[in-house]
Amino acid sequence: MPLIIQYIPYEEMTGLDSEKRIQKLLKVVKQNKVILMEGTLSPEEEAGLIEETMQSIDSKFKGVEISSFSPFDKNTRLLQEKIRQLFLQFVLGRRRGLTIIGPASIVKEIKRDPRSVQLFLSNRRQ
Amino acid sequence: MIRKFKNFLFGIFSVFKNKKHVKLGIYGPPNAGKTSLANRICKDWLGEEMGKVSPIPHETREIQQKEKVTIQSNGKRLSFNLIDTPGIATKIDYEDFIKKGLEKKEAQSRAKEATKGVIEAIKWLDNMDAVLVVLDSTRNPYDQVNITIIGNLAARNIPVLIVGNKVDLKKANVKKIEAAFPQYKVLGVSAEYGDNIEDFYKELFRLVR
Repeated sequence: MPLIIQYIPYEEMTGLDSEKRIQKLLKVVKQNKVILMEGTLSPEEEAGLIEETMQSIDSKFKGVEISSFSPFDKNTRLLQEKIRQLFLQFVLGRRRGLTIIGPASIVKEIKRDPRSVQLFLSNRRQ
Repeated sequence: MIRKFKNFLFGIFSVFKNKKHVKLGIYGPPNAGKTSLANRICKDWLGEEMGKVSPIPHETREIQQKEKVTIQSNGKRLSFNLIDTPGIATKIDYEDFIKKGLEKKEAQSRAKEATKGVIEAIKWLDNMDAVLVVLDSTRNPYDQVNITIIGNLAARNIPVLIVGNKVDLKKANVKKIEAAFPQYKVLGVSAEYGDNIEDFYKELFRLVR
Protein backbone atom coordinates (compact mmCIF):
# COMPACT_ATOMS: atom_id res chain seq x y z
CA MET A 1 0.00 0.00 0.00
CA PRO A 2 1.57 3.33 -0.98
CA LEU A 3 1.92 6.15 1.48
CA ILE A 4 -0.29 9.05 0.40
CA ILE A 5 0.87 12.57 1.23
CA GLN A 6 -1.87 15.15 0.80
CA TYR A 7 -0.83 18.75 0.30
CA ILE A 8 -3.16 21.35 1.78
CA PRO A 9 -2.44 24.87 0.54
CA TYR A 10 -3.03 27.81 2.87
CA GLU A 11 -5.96 29.05 0.75
CA GLU A 12 -7.92 25.90 1.58
CA MET A 13 -7.81 26.78 5.29
CA THR A 14 -8.23 30.55 5.25
CA GLY A 15 -12.02 30.60 4.90
CA LEU A 16 -12.52 28.11 7.73
CA ASP A 17 -12.89 28.81 11.43
CA SER A 18 -10.67 26.92 13.90
CA GLU A 19 -13.18 24.13 14.52
CA LYS A 20 -13.65 23.44 10.81
CA ARG A 21 -9.89 23.50 10.20
CA ILE A 22 -9.40 20.87 12.89
CA GLN A 23 -12.26 18.75 11.52
CA LYS A 24 -10.82 18.97 8.02
CA LEU A 25 -7.34 17.90 9.14
CA LEU A 26 -8.65 15.00 11.20
CA LYS A 27 -10.87 13.84 8.36
CA VAL A 28 -7.85 13.55 6.04
CA VAL A 29 -5.65 11.89 8.68
CA LYS A 30 -8.36 9.32 9.39
CA GLN A 31 -8.17 8.35 5.72
CA ASN A 32 -4.63 7.18 6.52
CA LYS A 33 -3.01 10.05 4.65
CA VAL A 34 -0.12 12.19 5.78
CA ILE A 35 -0.85 15.91 5.53
CA LEU A 36 1.67 18.45 4.35
CA MET A 37 0.01 21.76 5.13
CA GLU A 38 1.22 25.17 4.06
CA GLY A 39 1.39 27.36 7.16
CA THR A 40 0.92 26.58 10.82
CA LEU A 41 -1.95 26.31 13.29
CA SER A 42 -2.22 28.71 16.20
CA PRO A 43 -1.31 27.26 19.64
CA GLU A 44 -5.02 27.23 20.53
CA GLU A 45 -5.81 25.32 17.33
CA GLU A 46 -3.04 22.83 18.08
CA ALA A 47 -4.54 22.29 21.56
CA GLY A 48 -7.98 21.95 19.93
CA LEU A 49 -6.58 19.37 17.50
CA ILE A 50 -5.18 17.35 20.42
CA GLU A 51 -8.54 17.51 22.24
CA GLU A 52 -10.47 16.40 19.14
CA THR A 53 -7.90 13.66 18.49
CA MET A 54 -8.32 12.33 22.03
CA GLN A 55 -12.09 12.25 21.60
CA SER A 56 -11.70 10.30 18.35
CA ILE A 57 -9.36 7.60 19.63
CA ASP A 58 -10.79 4.10 19.33
CA SER A 59 -9.63 0.60 18.38
CA LYS A 60 -8.69 1.75 14.85
CA PHE A 61 -7.60 5.35 15.30
CA LYS A 62 -4.66 5.73 17.73
CA GLY A 63 -4.06 9.44 17.37
CA VAL A 64 -1.72 11.64 15.36
CA GLU A 65 1.90 12.65 15.02
CA ILE A 66 2.37 16.34 14.30
CA SER A 67 5.23 18.71 13.73
CA SER A 68 5.24 22.29 12.53
CA PHE A 69 8.04 24.45 11.23
CA SER A 70 8.00 28.18 11.24
CA PRO A 71 10.79 30.27 9.73
CA PHE A 72 9.86 32.92 12.29
CA ASP A 73 12.83 32.66 14.58
CA LYS A 74 11.78 34.09 17.93
CA ASN A 75 15.23 33.32 19.26
CA THR A 76 17.13 35.81 17.19
CA ARG A 77 18.92 38.43 19.23
CA LEU A 78 19.64 40.92 16.44
CA LEU A 79 17.23 43.87 16.55
CA GLN A 80 17.30 44.36 12.76
CA GLU A 81 16.47 40.69 12.19
CA LYS A 82 13.75 40.82 14.84
CA ILE A 83 12.09 43.77 13.06
CA ARG A 84 12.32 41.99 9.70
CA GLN A 85 10.81 38.83 11.19
CA LEU A 86 8.00 40.76 12.87
CA PHE A 87 7.22 42.55 9.60
CA LEU A 88 7.05 39.27 7.67
CA GLN A 89 4.95 37.75 10.43
CA PHE A 90 2.57 40.72 10.27
CA VAL A 91 2.23 40.49 6.47
CA LEU A 92 2.15 36.71 6.04
CA GLY A 93 0.76 35.61 9.42
CA ARG A 94 0.53 31.84 9.82
CA ARG A 95 1.10 31.28 6.12
CA ARG A 96 4.81 31.07 6.82
CA GLY A 97 5.96 27.59 7.71
CA LEU A 98 4.84 24.03 7.18
CA THR A 99 2.91 21.50 9.22
CA ILE A 100 3.13 17.73 8.93
CA ILE A 101 0.35 15.64 10.45
CA GLY A 102 0.08 11.89 10.10
CA PRO A 103 -1.94 9.10 11.66
CA ALA A 104 -0.04 7.48 14.53
CA SER A 105 -0.71 4.06 12.97
CA ILE A 106 1.50 5.07 10.01
CA VAL A 107 3.82 7.77 11.33
CA LYS A 108 5.50 6.31 14.37
CA GLU A 109 7.53 9.38 15.21
CA ILE A 110 8.49 12.76 13.78
CA LYS A 111 11.91 13.94 14.93
CA ARG A 112 12.67 17.60 14.49
CA ASP A 113 16.08 18.87 15.29
CA PRO A 114 15.32 21.86 14.80
CA ARG A 115 15.42 22.59 11.05
CA SER A 116 15.52 19.05 9.69
CA VAL A 117 12.80 16.48 10.06
CA GLN A 118 12.83 12.69 10.17
CA LEU A 119 9.66 10.68 9.70
CA PHE A 120 9.76 7.21 11.20
CA LEU A 121 7.08 5.04 9.64
CA SER A 122 5.48 1.96 11.12
CA ASN A 123 5.88 -1.38 9.36
CA ARG A 124 2.88 -1.37 7.07
CA ARG A 125 0.97 -4.34 5.72
CA GLN A 126 0.72 -4.72 1.94
CA MET B 1 -29.57 50.80 56.99
CA ILE B 2 -30.13 47.82 54.68
CA ARG B 3 -27.80 49.36 52.07
CA LYS B 4 -25.09 49.85 54.71
CA PHE B 5 -25.44 46.22 55.74
CA LYS B 6 -25.21 45.13 52.09
CA ASN B 7 -22.06 47.22 51.60
CA PHE B 8 -20.58 45.70 54.74
CA LEU B 9 -21.23 42.15 53.46
CA PHE B 10 -19.89 43.04 50.00
CA GLY B 11 -16.72 44.38 51.62
CA ILE B 12 -16.19 41.16 53.54
CA PHE B 13 -16.74 39.00 50.45
CA SER B 14 -14.36 41.19 48.40
CA VAL B 15 -11.61 40.62 50.94
CA PHE B 16 -12.04 36.83 50.68
CA LYS B 17 -12.33 36.97 46.90
CA ASN B 18 -8.99 38.77 46.60
CA LYS B 19 -7.31 36.33 48.96
CA LYS B 20 -7.45 33.40 46.55
CA HIS B 21 -4.51 31.05 46.39
CA VAL B 22 -2.24 31.09 43.37
CA LYS B 23 -2.75 28.02 41.19
CA LEU B 24 0.61 26.55 40.20
CA GLY B 25 0.18 23.94 37.47
CA ILE B 26 2.58 21.21 36.43
CA TYR B 27 2.39 20.41 32.72
CA GLY B 28 4.40 18.33 30.29
CA PRO B 29 4.44 15.22 28.14
CA PRO B 30 3.92 11.77 29.71
CA ASN B 31 6.77 10.32 31.78
CA ALA B 32 8.70 13.59 32.06
CA GLY B 33 8.49 13.41 35.85
CA LYS B 34 5.62 15.79 36.63
CA THR B 35 4.31 13.74 39.55
CA SER B 36 7.86 13.07 40.76
CA LEU B 37 8.37 16.84 40.98
CA ALA B 38 4.99 17.31 42.69
CA ASN B 39 5.97 14.58 45.15
CA ARG B 40 9.33 16.23 45.79
CA ILE B 41 7.63 19.59 46.59
CA CYS B 42 4.97 17.95 48.77
CA LYS B 43 7.45 15.72 50.62
CA ASP B 44 9.78 18.67 51.28
CA TRP B 45 7.07 21.03 52.54
CA LEU B 46 4.09 18.93 53.62
CA GLY B 47 5.83 15.70 54.54
CA GLU B 48 3.61 13.59 52.26
CA GLU B 49 3.52 12.54 48.61
CA MET B 50 0.99 13.78 46.08
CA GLY B 51 0.55 10.89 43.66
CA LYS B 52 1.77 7.55 42.39
CA VAL B 53 4.58 7.37 39.84
CA SER B 54 5.19 4.58 37.34
CA PRO B 55 7.50 3.78 34.42
CA ILE B 56 4.33 3.05 32.41
CA PRO B 57 3.16 6.28 30.73
CA HIS B 58 -0.10 8.00 31.76
CA GLU B 59 0.01 6.97 35.41
CA THR B 60 -1.63 10.32 36.28
CA ARG B 61 -4.94 10.35 34.42
CA GLU B 62 -6.83 12.88 36.52
CA ILE B 63 -6.00 16.34 37.83
CA GLN B 64 -4.45 16.11 41.31
CA GLN B 65 -4.50 19.07 43.68
CA LYS B 66 -2.71 19.91 46.90
CA GLU B 67 -4.04 23.04 48.51
CA LYS B 68 -2.07 25.62 50.47
CA VAL B 69 1.47 24.39 49.91
CA THR B 70 3.78 26.87 51.66
CA ILE B 71 7.48 26.97 50.86
CA GLN B 72 10.24 29.11 52.38
CA SER B 73 13.46 30.45 50.98
CA ASN B 74 15.74 33.26 52.22
CA GLY B 75 13.25 34.12 54.95
CA LYS B 76 10.38 34.58 52.48
CA ARG B 77 7.22 32.48 52.34
CA LEU B 78 5.22 31.50 49.28
CA SER B 79 1.86 29.78 49.34
CA PHE B 80 0.07 28.15 46.40
CA ASN B 81 -2.27 25.39 45.31
CA LEU B 82 -0.24 22.78 43.46
CA ILE B 83 -1.97 21.14 40.49
CA ASP B 84 -0.46 18.05 38.88
CA THR B 85 -1.91 17.36 35.43
CA PRO B 86 -2.01 14.26 33.20
CA GLY B 87 0.69 14.14 30.52
CA ILE B 88 -0.33 15.71 27.22
CA ALA B 89 0.06 13.47 24.17
CA THR B 90 -1.14 13.41 20.58
CA LYS B 91 -1.55 9.63 20.48
CA ILE B 92 -2.52 6.87 22.89
CA ASP B 93 -2.39 3.22 21.92
CA TYR B 94 -3.47 0.60 24.45
CA GLU B 95 -1.10 -1.88 22.80
CA ASP B 96 1.81 0.19 24.09
CA PHE B 97 0.58 -0.51 27.63
CA ILE B 98 0.37 -4.24 26.86
CA LYS B 99 4.01 -4.11 25.76
CA LYS B 100 4.77 -2.63 29.21
CA GLY B 101 3.18 -5.65 30.86
CA LEU B 102 -0.48 -4.75 31.39
CA GLU B 103 -3.36 -7.12 30.64
CA LYS B 104 -5.46 -6.22 27.58
CA LYS B 105 -8.52 -5.05 29.56
CA GLU B 106 -6.42 -3.00 31.96
CA ALA B 107 -4.50 -1.50 29.04
CA GLN B 108 -7.71 -0.54 27.21
CA SER B 109 -9.16 1.03 30.32
CA ARG B 110 -5.91 2.94 30.98
CA ALA B 111 -5.94 4.24 27.39
CA LYS B 112 -9.56 5.39 27.69
CA GLU B 113 -8.86 7.20 30.96
CA ALA B 114 -5.66 8.69 29.53
CA THR B 115 -7.52 10.30 26.59
CA LYS B 116 -9.92 11.94 29.06
CA GLY B 117 -6.97 13.05 31.16
CA VAL B 118 -5.33 14.82 28.22
CA ILE B 119 -8.56 16.71 27.48
CA GLU B 120 -8.92 17.66 31.15
CA ALA B 121 -5.33 18.90 31.32
CA ILE B 122 -5.86 21.15 28.28
CA LYS B 123 -9.12 22.53 29.69
CA TRP B 124 -7.37 23.39 32.96
CA LEU B 125 -4.84 25.62 31.18
CA ASP B 126 -7.24 28.54 31.57
CA ASN B 127 -7.32 28.14 35.37
CA MET B 128 -3.58 28.43 35.98
CA ASP B 129 -1.77 31.45 37.41
CA ALA B 130 1.74 30.06 36.77
CA VAL B 131 3.02 26.83 35.26
CA LEU B 132 6.02 24.54 35.60
CA VAL B 133 6.58 22.81 32.27
CA VAL B 134 8.43 19.60 33.10
CA LEU B 135 10.49 18.11 30.28
CA ASP B 136 12.63 15.01 30.30
CA SER B 137 16.13 16.41 29.72
CA THR B 138 17.24 13.13 28.09
CA ARG B 139 14.67 13.55 25.28
CA ASN B 140 14.53 15.80 22.22
CA PRO B 141 12.88 19.06 23.37
CA TYR B 142 11.63 19.94 19.85
CA ASP B 143 8.59 17.73 20.33
CA GLN B 144 5.39 19.36 19.10
CA VAL B 145 3.61 18.64 22.41
CA ASN B 146 6.20 20.76 24.26
CA ILE B 147 5.84 23.55 21.70
CA THR B 148 2.03 23.40 21.89
CA ILE B 149 1.98 23.54 25.71
CA ILE B 150 4.41 26.46 25.88
CA GLY B 151 2.69 28.24 22.97
CA ASN B 152 -0.67 27.99 24.72
CA LEU B 153 0.73 29.32 27.98
CA ALA B 154 2.35 32.23 26.13
CA ALA B 155 -0.95 32.98 24.35
CA ARG B 156 -2.63 33.18 27.77
CA ASN B 157 0.19 35.28 29.31
CA ILE B 158 0.76 32.67 32.01
CA PRO B 159 4.27 32.80 33.57
CA VAL B 160 6.33 29.68 32.79
CA LEU B 161 9.37 27.98 34.29
CA ILE B 162 10.74 25.10 32.25
CA VAL B 163 12.10 22.32 34.44
CA GLY B 164 14.53 19.98 32.71
CA ASN B 165 14.08 16.89 34.81
CA LYS B 166 16.24 13.75 35.18
CA VAL B 167 19.61 15.57 35.19
CA ASP B 168 20.97 12.64 37.19
CA LEU B 169 20.91 10.58 33.98
CA LYS B 170 23.95 10.43 31.71
CA LYS B 171 22.02 11.43 28.56
CA ALA B 172 20.57 14.59 30.16
CA ASN B 173 21.07 17.71 28.06
CA VAL B 174 19.61 20.86 29.63
CA LYS B 175 21.48 23.07 27.15
CA LYS B 176 19.42 21.59 24.33
CA ILE B 177 16.21 22.63 26.12
CA GLU B 178 17.66 26.12 26.61
CA ALA B 179 18.44 26.30 22.90
CA ALA B 180 14.91 25.21 22.01
CA PHE B 181 13.22 27.74 24.32
CA PRO B 182 15.72 30.60 24.86
CA GLN B 183 13.04 33.10 25.85
CA TYR B 184 12.28 31.04 28.99
CA LYS B 185 14.17 30.27 32.16
CA VAL B 186 15.21 26.62 32.10
CA LEU B 187 16.33 24.87 35.26
CA GLY B 188 17.80 21.37 35.35
CA VAL B 189 16.77 19.25 38.34
CA SER B 190 16.41 15.68 39.43
CA ALA B 191 13.01 15.43 41.09
CA GLU B 192 13.80 11.88 42.18
CA TYR B 193 17.15 12.59 43.85
CA GLY B 194 16.72 16.27 44.69
CA ASP B 195 19.61 17.61 42.56
CA ASN B 196 19.44 21.43 42.24
CA ILE B 197 16.18 21.53 44.16
CA GLU B 198 17.17 24.54 46.31
CA ASP B 199 17.70 26.63 43.17
CA PHE B 200 14.34 25.38 41.95
CA TYR B 201 12.59 26.72 45.07
CA LYS B 202 14.34 30.07 44.64
CA GLU B 203 13.08 30.22 41.05
CA LEU B 204 9.54 29.49 42.23
CA PHE B 205 9.57 32.80 44.10
CA ARG B 206 10.41 34.60 40.85
CA LEU B 207 7.72 32.70 38.95
CA VAL B 208 4.87 33.15 41.44
CA ARG B 209 4.73 36.77 42.52
